Amino acid sequence: MSPNDVLLRTVTKAAIVIILTFSIYLFFGGHHNPGGGFIGGLSVAAGLVLLFLAFDIETVRKNIPIDFKKMAGFGVLIAVLTGVSSLFFGEPFLNQTFGHFHLPIFGETELATAVLFDVGVALAVIGTAITIILSISEGK
Amino acid sequence: MFDQFLLICLFFLALSILAALYRVIKGPSTPDRVMALDNIGVNLIAGVACLSILLRTHAFLDIILLIGILSFVGTIAFARFIERGVVIERKRVH
Repeated sequence: MSPNDVLLRTVTKAAIVIILTFSIYLFFGGHHNPGGGFIGGLSVAAGLVLLFLAFDIETVRKNIPIDFKKMAGFGVLIAVLTGVSSLFFGEPFLNQTFGHFHLPIFGETELATAVLFDVGVALAVIGTAITIILSISEGK
Repeated sequence: MFDQFLLICLFFLALSILAALYRVIKGPSTPDRVMALDNIGVNLIAGVACLSILLRTHAFLDIILLIGILSFVGTIAFARFIERGVVIERKRVH
């Protein structure tokens, strides 16, 4: 009798939407609330691990064609470049600024350049965590 | 008055976690231990909710959802390990 996990796969399809939405909320709420790049990236990794558990490695890799090693390196590159870019304005390394802008949908919004550094941290965390889990599970 | 009520709730939640911990240590089979760990996760969610009312903050409400997600993923991983022997499969079986 072949194993049948239709229950697990159906629950995963519903839960993955909630988990990824929650991790995006954690990522963008990190400036004023608990959260930020690290925990946002880790909860994205938890959602991807749930996908790997419910389906298998080949199916998920075919549907999400991202090289996670390159993703980790790209994240570190973004974090370093946001640090270096403040040098061009005559400011110290890793200096950050913010401003209030009027956006079409959100109205008056505070935008900070620390979000760009957080994007780098989140990409590095997702890439590292998924690379570790995939290379452990592929070892025989 | 309400704070004492919340403290009593926290006491009984701790008692429930201790009972589940007894099942984790003593449990004869592995599924018993996995179910007890899942129960501890649910009790931790309730404990964090009581604590966040007690401290009058809403900074812990993210933690509640996060414990729920991590407890779910952990229980699924343990269940797959017990059932199949492997946690993550290489190829689709069917």
